[in-house]
Amino acid sequence: MRWLKHGYLGLVYLLLYLPIAVLVVFSFNASRNPYRWQGLSLEWYARLWDNDALIQAAANSLLLATTAATLSTLIGTLTAIALHRYRFRGKRLLNGMLFVVMMSPDIVLAISLLVLFILLGVKLGYLSLLLAHVTFCLPFVVVTVYARLSGFNAQIIEAARDLGASEWQMLRTVLVPIIFPAVMAGWLLGFTLSLDDVVVSIFVTGPTFEVLPLRIYSMVRLGVKPEVNALATVLLMLSLLALLASQYFLARK
Amino acid sequence: MKLRAPFRTAVVALIWAWMLLFVFLPNLLVIVASFLVRDDVHFVRPEASLESYARLLDPVYAGVFLDSLGMAVTTTLVCLLIGYPFAYAVSRLPARVKPLLIFLVILPFWTNSLVRTYAMKLLLATNGLTNQALLGLGIVDAPLRMLYTEGAVIAGLVYVLLPFMILPLYAVFEQLREDLLEVSSDLGAERWRTFRYVVLPLTMPGVLAGCLLVLIPAVGMFYVADVLGGARHLLIGNVIKNQFLDARDWPFGAAASILLTLAMALLLYAYYLSARMVRRRSADDALA
Repeated sequence: MRWLKHGYLGLVYLLLYLPIAVLVVFSFNASRNPYRWQGLSLEWYARLWDNDALIQAAANSLLLATTAATLSTLIGTLTAIALHRYRFRGKRLLNGMLFVVMMSPDIVLAISLLVLFILLGVKLGYLSLLLAHVTFCLPFVVVTVYARLSGFNAQIIEAARDLGASEWQMLRTVLVPIIFPAVMAGWLLGFTLSLDDVVVSIFVTGPTFEVLPLRIYSMVRLGVKPEVNALATVLLMLSLLALLASQYFLARK
Repeated sequence: MKLRAPFRTAVVALIWAWMLLFVFLPNLLVIVASFLVRDDVHFVRPEASLESYARLLDPVYAGVFLDSLGMAVTTTLVCLLIGYPFAYAVSRLPARVKPLLIFLVILPFWTNSLVRTYAMKLLLATNGLTNQALLGLGIVDAPLRMLYTEGAVIAGLVYVLLPFMILPLYAVFEQLREDLLEVSSDLGAERWRTFRYVVLPLTMPGVLAGCLLVLIPAVGMFYVADVLGGARHLLIGNVIKNQFLDARDWPFGAAASILLTLAMALLLYAYYLSARMVRRRSADDALA
Protein backbone atom coordinates (compact mmCIF):
# COMPACT_ATOMS: atom_id res chain seq x y z
CA MET A 1 0.00 0.00 0.00
CA ARG A 2 2.77 2.34 1.00
CA TRP A 3 4.88 1.87 -2.09
CA LEU A 4 1.76 2.14 -4.21
CA LYS A 5 1.00 5.51 -2.66
CA HIS A 6 4.55 6.78 -3.05
CA GLY A 7 4.71 5.42 -6.57
CA TYR A 8 1.53 7.28 -7.44
CA LEU A 9 2.82 10.55 -5.98
CA GLY A 10 6.05 10.09 -7.88
CA LEU A 11 4.17 9.49 -11.11
CA VAL A 12 2.10 12.67 -10.77
CA TYR A 13 5.19 14.74 -10.03
CA LEU A 14 6.84 13.16 -13.04
CA LEU A 15 3.89 14.22 -15.18
CA LEU A 16 4.08 17.75 -13.77
CA TYR A 17 7.80 18.17 -14.23
CA LEU A 18 8.84 15.98 -17.16
CA PRO A 19 7.67 18.43 -19.85
CA ILE A 20 9.38 21.34 -18.09
CA ALA A 21 12.55 19.30 -17.61
CA VAL A 22 12.66 18.32 -21.28
CA LEU A 23 12.15 21.94 -22.29
CA VAL A 24 14.95 23.18 -20.04
CA VAL A 25 17.39 20.43 -21.03
CA PHE A 26 16.83 20.97 -24.74
CA SER A 27 17.40 24.71 -24.37
CA PHE A 28 21.08 23.74 -23.90
CA ASN A 29 21.11 21.50 -26.96
CA ALA A 30 23.74 22.19 -29.59
CA SER A 31 21.56 20.92 -32.43
CA ARG A 32 19.06 22.95 -34.40
CA ASN A 33 16.82 19.88 -34.32
CA PRO A 34 14.74 20.40 -31.20
CA TYR A 35 14.27 16.68 -30.58
CA ARG A 36 17.75 15.22 -30.96
CA TRP A 37 20.41 15.78 -28.32
CA GLN A 38 23.80 16.74 -29.72
CA GLY A 39 25.78 18.06 -26.80
CA LEU A 40 25.81 21.14 -24.60
CA SER A 41 25.68 24.62 -25.99
CA LEU A 42 24.69 28.10 -24.90
CA GLU A 43 24.09 29.16 -28.49
CA TRP A 44 20.35 29.76 -28.10
CA TYR A 45 20.84 31.96 -25.07
CA ALA A 46 23.40 34.00 -26.98
CA ARG A 47 20.90 34.37 -29.82
CA LEU A 48 18.25 35.59 -27.41
CA TRP A 49 20.64 38.23 -26.18
CA ASP A 50 21.33 39.36 -29.75
CA ASN A 51 17.67 39.59 -30.67
CA ASP A 52 16.92 43.27 -30.14
CA ALA A 53 13.17 43.00 -30.72
CA LEU A 54 12.97 40.24 -28.14
CA ILE A 55 14.96 42.17 -25.55
CA GLN A 56 12.73 45.18 -26.17
CA ALA A 57 9.62 43.02 -25.65
CA ALA A 58 11.11 41.64 -22.44
CA ALA A 59 11.88 45.14 -21.17
CA ASN A 60 8.32 46.21 -22.02
CA SER A 61 6.93 43.22 -20.15
CA LEU A 62 9.01 43.93 -17.07
CA LEU A 63 7.94 47.58 -17.08
CA LEU A 64 4.30 46.57 -17.49
CA ALA A 65 4.43 43.86 -14.80
CA THR A 66 6.19 46.15 -12.31
CA THR A 67 3.82 49.07 -12.76
CA ALA A 68 0.68 46.90 -12.93
CA ALA A 69 1.69 44.98 -9.79
CA THR A 70 2.51 48.20 -7.92
CA LEU A 71 -0.72 49.96 -8.86
CA SER A 72 -2.90 46.92 -8.16
CA THR A 73 -1.14 46.33 -4.83
CA LEU A 74 -1.76 49.93 -3.83
CA ILE A 75 -5.44 49.93 -4.73
CA GLY A 76 -5.95 46.31 -3.66
CA THR A 77 -4.41 46.82 -0.21
CA LEU A 78 -6.51 49.91 0.45
CA THR A 79 -9.59 48.00 -0.71
CA ALA A 80 -8.82 45.08 1.59
CA ILE A 81 -8.41 47.46 4.54
CA ALA A 82 -11.69 49.18 3.69
CA LEU A 83 -13.52 45.87 3.33
CA HIS A 84 -12.13 44.61 6.60
CA ARG A 85 -12.40 47.74 8.68
CA TYR A 86 -15.18 49.94 7.40
CA ARG A 87 -18.85 49.61 6.92
CA PHE A 88 -20.10 51.26 3.75
CA ARG A 89 -22.96 51.04 1.37
CA GLY A 90 -22.62 48.45 -1.39
CA LYS A 91 -19.93 46.49 0.43
CA ARG A 92 -21.49 43.15 -0.45
CA LEU A 93 -21.89 44.23 -4.05
CA LEU A 94 -18.22 45.26 -4.21
CA ASN A 95 -17.21 41.91 -2.75
CA GLY A 96 -19.37 40.19 -5.33
CA MET A 97 -17.85 42.18 -8.19
CA LEU A 98 -14.31 41.32 -7.10
CA PHE A 99 -15.30 37.67 -6.92
CA VAL A 100 -16.84 37.83 -10.39
CA VAL A 101 -13.66 39.36 -11.84
CA MET A 102 -11.58 36.62 -10.24
CA MET A 103 -13.81 33.78 -11.40
CA SER A 104 -14.89 34.89 -14.85
CA PRO A 105 -12.87 33.61 -17.81
CA ASP A 106 -10.08 36.02 -18.78
CA ILE A 107 -11.42 36.26 -22.28
CA VAL A 108 -14.68 37.82 -21.09
CA LEU A 109 -12.78 40.55 -19.26
CA ALA A 110 -10.51 40.98 -22.27
CA ILE A 111 -13.18 41.68 -24.86
CA SER A 112 -15.14 43.96 -22.54
CA LEU A 113 -12.05 46.10 -21.97
CA LEU A 114 -11.25 46.14 -25.68
CA VAL A 115 -14.75 47.48 -26.40
CA LEU A 116 -14.34 50.09 -23.65
CA PHE A 117 -10.95 51.29 -24.87
CA ILE A 118 -12.07 51.57 -28.47
CA LEU A 119 -15.19 53.47 -27.44
CA LEU A 120 -13.31 55.87 -25.15
CA GLY A 121 -10.59 56.32 -27.74
CA VAL A 122 -7.83 55.02 -25.46
CA LYS A 123 -4.88 54.29 -27.69
CA LEU A 124 -4.05 50.58 -27.53
CA GLY A 125 -0.59 50.21 -26.08
CA TYR A 126 1.06 50.60 -22.70
CA LEU A 127 -1.81 52.47 -21.06
CA SER A 128 -4.53 50.05 -22.15
CA LEU A 129 -2.40 47.09 -21.11
CA LEU A 130 -1.70 48.68 -17.72
CA LEU A 131 -5.37 49.41 -16.97
CA ALA A 132 -6.38 45.88 -18.03
CA HIS A 133 -3.65 44.17 -16.03
CA VAL A 134 -4.39 46.18 -12.89
CA THR A 135 -8.05 45.17 -13.23
CA PHE A 136 -7.39 41.43 -13.36
CA CYS A 137 -4.69 41.54 -10.66
CA LEU A 138 -6.77 43.57 -8.19
CA PRO A 139 -8.99 40.80 -6.75
CA PHE A 140 -5.99 38.55 -6.14
CA VAL A 141 -4.24 41.27 -4.12
CA VAL A 142 -7.44 42.01 -2.20
CA VAL A 143 -7.90 38.32 -1.33
CA THR A 144 -4.27 37.89 -0.24
CA VAL A 145 -4.23 40.98 1.99
CA TYR A 146 -7.74 40.38 3.31
CA ALA A 147 -6.80 36.86 4.39
CA ARG A 148 -3.94 38.29 6.44
CA LEU A 149 -6.20 40.95 7.97
CA SER A 150 -8.78 38.36 9.03
CA GLY A 151 -6.04 36.16 10.43
CA PHE A 152 -4.90 38.46 13.20
CA ASN A 153 -6.50 39.75 16.34
CA ALA A 154 -8.57 42.84 15.54
CA GLN A 155 -8.34 43.95 19.14
CA ILE A 156 -4.80 45.14 18.48
CA ILE A 157 -6.30 47.85 16.30
CA GLU A 158 -8.88 48.79 18.88
CA ALA A 159 -6.16 48.89 21.52
CA ALA A 160 -4.15 51.31 19.38
CA ARG A 161 -7.20 53.51 18.93
CA ASP A 162 -8.05 53.37 22.63
CA LEU A 163 -4.52 54.39 23.49
CA GLY A 164 -5.09 57.55 21.50
CA ALA A 165 -3.64 56.77 18.09
CA SER A 166 -5.39 58.53 15.24
CA GLU A 167 -6.74 56.37 12.43
CA TRP A 168 -3.77 57.40 10.32
CA GLN A 169 -1.21 56.63 13.06
CA MET A 170 -2.85 53.28 13.66
CA LEU A 171 -2.70 52.43 9.94
CA ARG A 172 0.92 53.44 9.67
CA THR A 173 2.35 51.93 12.82
CA VAL A 174 0.09 48.93 13.48
CA LEU A 175 -1.85 47.79 10.47
CA VAL A 176 0.67 48.23 7.68
CA PRO A 177 3.50 46.39 9.48
CA ILE A 178 1.13 43.51 10.20
CA ILE A 179 -0.09 43.13 6.63
CA PHE A 180 3.24 43.93 5.00
CA PRO A 181 4.14 40.29 4.17
CA ALA A 182 0.77 39.79 2.50
CA VAL A 183 1.20 43.04 0.59
CA MET A 184 4.54 41.83 -0.76
CA ALA A 185 3.07 38.44 -1.61
CA GLY A 186 0.20 40.21 -3.39
CA TRP A 187 2.66 42.31 -5.35
CA LEU A 188 4.60 39.24 -6.45
CA LEU A 189 1.42 37.44 -7.43
CA GLY A 190 0.33 40.45 -9.48
CA PHE A 191 3.78 40.62 -11.06
CA THR A 192 3.67 36.98 -12.20
CA LEU A 193 0.03 37.16 -13.30
CA SER A 194 0.88 40.16 -15.45
CA LEU A 195 4.05 38.58 -16.82
CA ASP A 196 2.16 35.36 -17.71
CA ASP A 197 -0.89 36.84 -19.29
CA VAL A 198 -1.63 36.05 -22.92
CA VAL A 199 -5.41 36.13 -23.08
CA VAL A 200 -6.06 39.70 -21.97
CA SER A 201 -2.94 41.18 -23.54
CA ILE A 202 -3.65 39.90 -27.02
CA PHE A 203 -6.85 41.95 -27.12
CA VAL A 204 -5.69 45.24 -25.63
CA THR A 205 -2.16 45.41 -27.04
CA GLY A 206 -1.17 47.82 -29.75
CA PRO A 207 1.56 47.87 -32.39
CA THR A 208 3.67 50.33 -30.40
CA PHE A 209 4.17 48.19 -27.32
CA GLU A 210 5.00 44.54 -27.80
CA VAL A 211 5.06 42.31 -24.72
CA LEU A 212 6.98 39.09 -24.24
CA PRO A 213 4.14 36.55 -23.81
CA LEU A 214 2.60 37.65 -27.11
CA ARG A 215 5.95 37.45 -28.86
CA ILE A 216 6.39 33.92 -27.47
CA TYR A 217 2.86 33.13 -28.58
CA SER A 218 3.59 34.04 -32.18
CA MET A 219 6.89 32.10 -32.06
CA VAL A 220 5.22 29.02 -30.58
CA ARG A 221 2.45 28.99 -33.17
CA LEU A 222 5.04 28.85 -35.91
CA GLY A 223 6.64 25.75 -34.48
CA VAL A 224 9.19 24.31 -32.14
CA LYS A 225 12.48 26.19 -32.03
CA PRO A 226 15.40 25.95 -29.62
CA GLU A 227 15.37 29.73 -29.10
CA VAL A 228 11.88 29.40 -27.64
CA ASN A 229 13.20 26.77 -25.23
CA ALA A 230 15.89 29.16 -24.03
CA LEU A 231 13.42 32.01 -23.64
CA ALA A 232 10.96 29.75 -21.82
CA THR A 233 13.73 28.63 -19.46
CA VAL A 234 14.54 32.24 -18.60
CA LEU A 235 10.87 32.91 -17.84
CA LEU A 236 10.63 29.76 -15.71
CA MET A 237 13.57 30.90 -13.62
CA LEU A 238 11.94 34.31 -13.15
CA SER A 239 8.69 32.68 -11.94
CA LEU A 240 10.64 30.43 -9.59
CA LEU A 241 12.38 33.45 -8.06
CA ALA A 242 9.10 35.31 -7.64
CA LEU A 243 7.45 32.31 -5.97
CA LEU A 244 10.38 31.74 -3.61
CA ALA A 245 10.29 35.42 -2.64
CA SER A 246 6.56 35.31 -1.99
CA GLN A 247 6.85 32.15 0.12
CA TYR A 248 9.58 33.86 2.11
CA PHE A 249 7.33 36.86 2.79
CA LEU A 250 4.26 34.77 3.62
CA ALA A 251 6.23 32.57 6.02
CA ARG A 252 7.19 35.61 8.10
CA LYS A 253 4.85 36.01 11.00
CA MET B 1 -11.12 60.55 14.36
CA LYS B 2 -10.52 63.41 11.98
CA LEU B 3 -8.76 61.46 9.27
CA ARG B 4 -11.04 58.47 9.35
CA ALA B 5 -13.91 59.76 7.29
CA PRO B 6 -11.95 61.36 4.41
CA PHE B 7 -9.62 58.38 4.18
CA ARG B 8 -12.49 55.95 4.14
CA THR B 9 -14.40 57.99 1.60
CA ALA B 10 -11.40 58.31 -0.68
CA VAL B 11 -10.61 54.59 -0.61
CA VAL B 12 -14.19 53.50 -1.15
CA ALA B 13 -14.62 56.04 -3.96
CA LEU B 14 -11.41 54.92 -5.65
CA ILE B 15 -12.26 51.23 -5.73
CA TRP B 16 -15.83 51.88 -6.76
CA ALA B 17 -14.72 54.17 -9.56
CA TRP B 18 -12.28 51.51 -10.78
CA MET B 19 -14.82 48.70 -10.69
CA LEU B 20 -17.54 50.77 -12.36
CA LEU B 21 -15.26 52.03 -15.12
CA PHE B 22 -13.32 48.85 -15.84
CA VAL B 23 -15.74 46.07 -14.89
CA PHE B 24 -19.33 47.25 -14.85
CA LEU B 25 -19.31 49.65 -17.82
CA PRO B 26 -17.31 47.38 -20.18
CA ASN B 27 -19.61 44.44 -19.50
CA LEU B 28 -22.62 46.64 -20.11
CA LEU B 29 -21.09 47.68 -23.43
CA VAL B 30 -20.60 44.04 -24.42
CA ILE B 31 -24.23 43.28 -23.64
CA VAL B 32 -25.34 46.25 -25.73
CA ALA B 33 -22.99 45.32 -28.59
CA SER B 34 -24.40 41.81 -28.74
CA PHE B 35 -27.81 43.23 -29.70
CA LEU B 36 -26.47 45.49 -32.45
CA VAL B 37 -25.46 44.93 -36.05
CA ARG B 38 -21.92 44.55 -37.31
CA ASP B 39 -20.34 47.47 -39.15
CA ASP B 40 -17.11 47.44 -41.11
CA VAL B 41 -16.01 50.91 -40.14
CA HIS B 42 -17.28 51.50 -36.60
CA PHE B 43 -17.44 47.84 -35.52
CA VAL B 44 -21.15 48.16 -34.64
CA ARG B 45 -24.17 49.94 -36.09
CA PRO B 46 -26.78 51.22 -33.63
CA GLU B 47 -29.55 49.02 -34.94
CA ALA B 48 -31.27 46.51 -32.69
CA SER B 49 -31.01 42.90 -33.79
CA LEU B 50 -31.07 39.39 -32.42
CA GLU B 51 -29.15 38.05 -35.40
CA SER B 52 -25.99 37.31 -33.39
CA TYR B 53 -27.89 35.15 -30.95
CA ALA B 54 -29.62 33.36 -33.81
CA ARG B 55 -26.22 32.61 -35.33
CA LEU B 56 -25.12 30.94 -32.10
CA LEU B 57 -27.63 28.22 -32.92
CA ASP B 58 -26.01 27.65 -36.32
CA PRO B 59 -24.90 23.98 -36.28
CA VAL B 60 -21.28 24.97 -37.01
CA TYR B 61 -20.98 27.13 -33.91
CA ALA B 62 -23.28 25.05 -31.73
CA GLY B 63 -21.02 22.11 -32.60
CA VAL B 64 -17.89 24.02 -31.59
CA PHE B 65 -19.53 25.03 -28.32
CA LEU B 66 -20.55 21.47 -27.50
CA ASP B 67 -17.09 20.14 -28.46
CA SER B 68 -15.44 22.78 -26.32
CA LEU B 69 -17.70 22.02 -23.39
CA GLY B 70 -17.01 18.31 -23.86
CA MET B 71 -13.24 18.89 -23.80
CA ALA B 72 -13.58 21.11 -20.72
CA VAL B 73 -15.67 18.52 -18.87
CA THR B 74 -13.27 15.71 -19.80
CA THR B 75 -10.36 17.86 -18.62
CA THR B 76 -12.13 18.47 -15.32
CA LEU B 77 -12.86 14.77 -14.78
CA VAL B 78 -9.28 13.75 -15.61
CA CYS B 79 -7.94 16.41 -13.22
CA LEU B 80 -10.30 15.14 -10.52
CA LEU B 81 -9.28 11.51 -11.06
CA ILE B 82 -5.59 12.41 -10.84
CA GLY B 83 -5.93 15.09 -8.19
CA TYR B 84 -8.22 13.45 -5.64
CA PRO B 85 -6.02 10.49 -4.66
CA PHE B 86 -2.98 12.72 -5.02
CA ALA B 87 -4.26 15.37 -2.60
CA TYR B 88 -5.33 12.64 -0.17
CA ALA B 89 -1.93 10.92 -0.29
CA VAL B 90 -0.02 14.18 0.24
CA SER B 91 -2.24 15.22 3.16
CA ARG B 92 -1.47 11.96 4.99
CA LEU B 93 2.31 12.36 4.73
CA PRO B 94 4.51 13.53 7.63
CA ALA B 95 4.27 17.27 8.32
CA ARG B 96 7.92 17.88 7.52
CA VAL B 97 7.70 16.84 3.85
CA LYS B 98 4.30 18.40 3.09
CA PRO B 99 5.43 22.01 2.60
CA LEU B 100 7.97 20.96 -0.03
CA LEU B 101 5.50 18.72 -1.86
CA ILE B 102 2.86 21.45 -1.93
CA PHE B 103 5.46 23.97 -3.05
CA LEU B 104 6.15 21.66 -6.00
CA VAL B 105 2.44 21.80 -6.92
CA ILE B 106 2.24 25.58 -6.59
CA LEU B 107 5.37 26.13 -8.67
CA PRO B 108 3.80 25.17 -12.02
CA PHE B 109 0.83 27.36 -11.08
CA TRP B 110 3.20 30.34 -10.96
CA THR B 111 4.98 29.53 -14.19
CA ASN B 112 3.79 30.77 -17.54
CA SER B 113 1.02 28.51 -18.81
CA LEU B 114 1.89 29.27 -22.42
CA VAL B 115 5.41 28.04 -21.74
CA ARG B 116 4.00 24.86 -20.22
CA THR B 117 1.69 24.36 -23.19
CA TYR B 118 4.73 24.64 -25.42
CA ALA B 119 6.55 22.08 -23.25
CA MET B 120 3.65 19.71 -23.86
CA LYS B 121 4.02 20.25 -27.59
CA LEU B 122 7.67 19.19 -27.37
CA LEU B 123 6.62 15.90 -25.81
CA LEU B 124 3.71 15.14 -28.12
CA ALA B 125 5.26 16.06 -31.48
CA THR B 126 5.49 13.33 -34.11
CA ASN B 127 9.26 13.11 -33.73
CA GLY B 128 9.10 14.21 -30.09
CA LEU B 129 10.36 12.34 -27.08
CA THR B 130 7.22 10.30 -26.37
CA ASN B 131 7.28 8.83 -29.85
CA GLN B 132 11.04 8.30 -29.70
CA ALA B 133 10.58 6.40 -26.45
CA LEU B 134 7.68 4.32 -27.79
CA LEU B 135 9.62 3.47 -30.97
CA GLY B 136 12.76 2.72 -29.01
CA LEU B 137 10.93 0.34 -26.69
CA GLY B 138 9.33 -1.34 -29.67
CA ILE B 139 5.80 -0.59 -28.46
CA VAL B 140 4.84 0.99 -31.77
CA ASP B 141 6.25 0.56 -35.28
CA ALA B 142 5.42 3.99 -36.61
CA PRO B 143 5.25 7.28 -34.70
CA LEU B 144 1.80 7.99 -33.27
CA ARG B 145 0.05 11.13 -34.37
CA MET B 146 -0.64 12.80 -31.05
CA LEU B 147 -0.29 16.49 -31.79
CA TYR B 148 -3.24 18.38 -33.30
CA THR B 149 -5.80 15.98 -31.87
CA GLU B 150 -8.54 16.52 -29.35
CA GLY B 151 -6.55 14.35 -26.95
CA ALA B 152 -3.59 16.72 -27.21
CA VAL B 153 -5.77 19.70 -26.31
CA ILE B 154 -7.18 17.82 -23.32
CA ALA B 155 -3.70 16.72 -22.24
CA GLY B 156 -2.50 20.34 -22.43
CA LEU B 157 -5.48 21.64 -20.47
CA VAL B 158 -5.01 18.95 -17.80
CA TYR B 159 -1.34 19.76 -17.57
CA VAL B 160 -1.92 23.48 -17.19
CA LEU B 161 -4.93 23.27 -14.86
CA LEU B 162 -4.10 20.32 -12.59
CA PRO B 163 -2.71 22.51 -9.76
CA PHE B 164 -6.06 24.36 -9.61
CA MET B 165 -7.71 21.02 -8.80
CA ILE B 166 -5.10 19.76 -6.36
CA LEU B 167 -4.85 22.84 -4.14
CA PRO B 168 -8.51 23.12 -2.99
CA LEU B 169 -8.66 19.33 -2.58
CA TYR B 170 -5.53 19.39 -0.46
CA ALA B 171 -7.08 22.13 1.68
CA VAL B 172 -10.14 20.00 2.50
CA PHE B 173 -8.09 16.85 3.11
CA GLU B 174 -5.91 18.82 5.52
CA GLN B 175 -9.02 19.61 7.56
CA LEU B 176 -10.31 16.05 7.46
CA ARG B 177 -9.99 14.69 10.96
CA GLU B 178 -8.25 11.34 11.16
CA ASP B 179 -10.33 10.32 14.19
CA LEU B 180 -13.55 10.43 12.15
CA LEU B 181 -12.11 7.77 9.84
CA GLU B 182 -11.07 5.70 12.85
CA VAL B 183 -14.52 6.00 14.40
CA SER B 184 -16.03 4.84 11.15
CA SER B 185 -13.79 1.79 10.92
CA ASP B 186 -14.22 1.05 14.66
CA LEU B 187 -17.94 1.00 14.08
CA GLY B 188 -17.35 -1.73 11.54
CA ALA B 189 -17.53 0.16 8.22
CA GLU B 190 -15.31 -1.26 5.49
CA ARG B 191 -13.00 1.09 3.65
CA TRP B 192 -15.43 1.70 0.80
CA ARG B 193 -18.29 2.62 3.13
CA THR B 194 -16.05 4.92 5.13
CA PHE B 195 -15.05 6.62 1.89
CA ARG B 196 -18.58 6.83 0.55
CA TYR B 197 -20.29 8.06 3.71
CA VAL B 198 -17.56 9.97 5.55
CA VAL B 199 -14.67 11.05 3.37
CA LEU B 200 -16.54 11.94 0.18
CA PRO B 201 -19.22 14.17 1.80
CA LEU B 202 -16.62 15.97 3.90
CA THR B 203 -14.36 16.66 0.93
CA MET B 204 -17.20 17.63 -1.42
CA PRO B 205 -16.63 21.41 -1.06
CA GLY B 206 -13.05 20.92 -2.28
CA VAL B 207 -14.20 18.74 -5.17
CA LEU B 208 -16.70 21.37 -6.28
CA ALA B 209 -14.24 24.25 -5.92
CA GLY B 210 -11.55 22.36 -7.82
CA CYS B 211 -13.95 21.43 -10.62
CA LEU B 212 -15.00 25.06 -11.04
CA LEU B 213 -11.43 26.32 -11.02
CA VAL B 214 -10.58 23.89 -13.82
CA LEU B 215 -13.77 24.04 -15.85
CA ILE B 216 -14.02 27.83 -16.10
CA PRO B 217 -10.57 28.53 -17.57
CA ALA B 218 -10.75 25.35 -19.69
CA VAL B 219 -13.32 26.84 -22.08
CA GLY B 220 -11.39 30.04 -22.65
CA MET B 221 -7.72 29.09 -23.00
CA PHE B 222 -7.57 29.57 -26.75
CA TYR B 223 -3.80 29.36 -26.92
CA VAL B 224 -3.80 25.75 -25.68
CA ALA B 225 -6.12 24.80 -28.54
CA ASP B 226 -4.03 26.89 -30.96
CA VAL B 227 -0.70 25.34 -30.01
CA LEU B 228 -1.80 21.73 -29.46
CA GLY B 229 -5.02 21.36 -31.42
CA GLY B 230 -4.17 23.12 -34.64
CA ALA B 231 -7.05 24.72 -36.50
CA ARG B 232 -9.63 22.01 -36.04
CA HIS B 233 -10.08 21.55 -32.32
CA LEU B 234 -11.43 24.86 -31.15
CA LEU B 235 -12.49 26.11 -27.76
CA ILE B 236 -15.18 28.73 -27.16
CA GLY B 237 -12.28 31.06 -26.43
CA ASN B 238 -10.99 30.59 -29.99
CA VAL B 239 -14.38 31.51 -31.45
CA ILE B 240 -14.62 34.68 -29.38
CA LYS B 241 -11.02 35.66 -30.18
CA ASN B 242 -11.49 35.08 -33.91
CA GLN B 243 -14.65 37.17 -33.98
CA PHE B 244 -13.00 40.09 -32.22
CA LEU B 245 -9.51 40.03 -33.70
CA ASP B 246 -9.88 38.46 -37.17
CA ALA B 247 -13.47 38.51 -38.40
CA ARG B 248 -14.13 41.85 -36.68
CA ASP B 249 -17.68 40.79 -35.90
CA TRP B 250 -18.17 42.36 -32.49
CA PRO B 251 -21.89 41.59 -32.05
CA PHE B 252 -21.38 37.89 -32.67
CA GLY B 253 -18.26 37.72 -30.50
CA ALA B 254 -20.12 39.58 -27.76
CA ALA B 255 -23.08 37.18 -27.98
CA ALA B 256 -20.73 34.18 -27.72
CA SER B 257 -19.04 35.76 -24.70
CA ILE B 258 -22.41 36.37 -23.02
CA LEU B 259 -23.42 32.76 -23.61
CA LEU B 260 -20.14 31.70 -22.00
CA THR B 261 -20.69 34.04 -19.05
CA LEU B 262 -24.22 32.76 -18.52
CA ALA B 263 -23.04 29.14 -18.58
CA MET B 264 -20.34 29.97 -16.03
CA ALA B 265 -22.79 31.93 -13.85
CA LEU B 266 -25.08 28.91 -13.83
CA LEU B 267 -22.19 26.72 -12.71
CA LEU B 268 -21.18 29.18 -9.97
CA TYR B 269 -24.77 29.26 -8.76
CA ALA B 270 -24.90 25.46 -8.69
CA TYR B 271 -21.65 25.52 -6.71
CA TYR B 272 -23.09 28.04 -4.27
CA LEU B 273 -26.22 25.93 -3.75
CA SER B 274 -24.36 22.66 -3.26
CA ALA B 275 -21.76 24.24 -0.97
CA ARG B 276 -24.60 25.60 1.13
CA MET B 277 -26.24 22.19 1.17
CA VAL B 278 -23.00 20.53 2.31
CA ARG B 279 -22.54 23.13 5.04
CA ARG B 280 -26.10 22.76 6.24
CA ARG B 281 -25.87 18.99 6.25
CA SER B 282 -22.68 19.00 8.30
CA ALA B 283 -24.30 21.52 10.68
CA ASP B 284 -27.25 19.13 11.06
CA ASP B 285 -24.87 16.26 11.70
CA ALA B 286 -23.08 18.27 14.34
CA LEU B 287 -26.36 18.97 16.08
CA ALA B 288 -27.66 15.43 15.87
